[in-house]
Amino acid sequence: MKAKAGAKRAVEDIVHGVFLFLGLVAVGFVLLITVYLVVSGLPAICEIGLAEFLFGDEWLPTASARSPEYGILPFILTSVYGTAGAIAIGVPVGVLTAVFLSKLAPRRLRRAVEPAIGLLAGIPSVVYGLVGMLLLVPAIRVAFDIPDGSGLLAAIIVLAVMILPSIIKVSMTALDAVPREYEDASLALGATSVETYFRVSVPAAKSGIAASVVLGVGRAIGEAMAVMMVSGNSPNMPSLFQSVRFLTTAVAGEMAYAEGLHRQALFSIALVLFLFIMLINATLNFVLKRKKEGSR
Amino acid sequence: MNSKRISLKRSAYGFAMKALMTGAAVITVGLLLLIVAYVLYRGLPGITWELLSTSPSYLTDRIGILPDILNTLYVIIAAVVIVLPLGVGAAIYLNEYARNRRIVAMIEFATETLAGIPSIIYGLVGMLLFCQFMGLGTSLLAGALTLSVMNLPTIIRTTQESLKTVPQSYREGAFGLGAGKWRVIRTVVLPGARDGIVAGCILSIGRIMGESAALLFTAGFAHTLNGFFSGLSSSGATLTVALYVYAKEHGEFEVAFAIAAILMIMTLAINLLASHASKRLGRREL
Repeated sequence: MKAKAGAKRAVEDIVHGVFLFLGLVAVGFVLLITVYLVVSGLPAICEIGLAEFLFGDEWLPTASARSPEYGILPFILTSVYGTAGAIAIGVPVGVLTAVFLSKLAPRRLRRAVEPAIGLLAGIPSVVYGLVGMLLLVPAIRVAFDIPDGSGLLAAIIVLAVMILPSIIKVSMTALDAVPREYEDASLALGATSVETYFRVSVPAAKSGIAASVVLGVGRAIGEAMAVMMVSGNSPNMPSLFQSVRFLTTAVAGEMAYAEGLHRQALFSIALVLFLFIMLINATLNFVLKRKKEGSR
Repeated sequence: MNSKRISLKRSAYGFAMKALMTGAAVITVGLLLLIVAYVLYRGLPGITWELLSTSPSYLTDRIGILPDILNTLYVIIAAVVIVLPLGVGAAIYLNEYARNRRIVAMIEFATETLAGIPSIIYGLVGMLLFCQFMGLGTSLLAGALTLSVMNLPTIIRTTQESLKTVPQSYREGAFGLGAGKWRVIRTVVLPGARDGIVAGCILSIGRIMGESAALLFTAGFAHTLNGFFSGLSSSGATLTVALYVYAKEHGEFEVAFAIAAILMIMTLAINLLASHASKRLGRREL
């Protein structure tokens, strides 16, 4: 009897150990990814020089007539401007839609629109890229009368559409969670319903809305395929109607054939992108934590 | 409502904001309708039985996407089989076992970090880790492993949510009958969380189907027709990667749109399934 109890105990301990291990797998992967990116990204940065790499404005990794240049400033600025542009378009549209669906829309309309937003979130990025390539790029070419429509503007519009669903969903969750009493009190004080939405509900949901914006930034800066299909991919300094290259597309576009220092430099670009993402994640955590404290 | 007392300025503000909100919602829905309609309009005519049932051949100048469809299926199956035990196990640890707050905080931080990493970085690290370090080469298995790491947060989160909906009294009842912890988890907790786990799987399948950047350098571009196991060990393009290659590199827009239409229909189906599954989950909570 005692032996059996002991065996049962041992089984429990083993199972506990197995689950602990499975729980730590995620931690292991984060460490692996970080270590791999740092180890494979640092050598090129050391060889090129940090300032030269980050602030050099020329990317000519395969130049044969002169010494190759590895400056990624154009990529960094393109990623920053592209993300900022997408946020500037996507956030107002997304937040206003979220307020509409959360407060103004009749229940039935909301029930019909919500799955549509889910679908928008589920469409693969290559499909966005394809539609951008064949619908948006020609439209930009005609509208602004330029030889090629692919460039920063096309990328910004595609990214803005792609971040819409996450902004709408997260903002809506935050707006739905605003206590009914706040709104009732505002209405009782004589505010109109619209004034209540924007001066009571939105400020009360502001940390959730902020979280949705940060999430959108993360998605926009990390998107590769759709952007690659509409942005033209030349390593120019960012300008609305010119062909540009993002941090993500710089990695994706040249990985297939790059060799030597060029290849290592691509890993360094990935490391820079990773640092950007970690910064954004830290901001998101900070915003969410403040939200939790605020609600207490 | 005494609307006469509201000043002109205030009612103009209300009217303008209402118009803006409605406009934004119309733009959002309009964009979706435009994209769906455009893709289906250009893609549906291109979906022929020949396209679906053959592999591409340079001899007869034929383009078929059967290998890509199969590759997508293989990657989905392999990735889900790999990620499911890892994710469900981690969620069980977090919800049932963990007492140490530090470990919980660490795992949750790791999960959030994984969820935020862009797919191109997964592709790069997957290439280094699975293709080169583990010697798998450019293969569907390497792609599936990469995607399983990527979907770990999704599975962990949805499983955790559904584990939380299993009433504490069930566990206490089972413990009271003398069952050990492992037995309680196996026979009481897991069956109760089944719907949530299924919902998580559906979400993951959707993400895997739509993923392309993480597969470019891990699973490759080949269009060879393979069985499941030989497929896993050889390079192959999934539907999304094939779409990218046909559109960007070959200029075969008709095929690209046909694939896009198929992906669109699949996305719709998966979304419907997912909302059905989560509705079932919600109903049980009541």
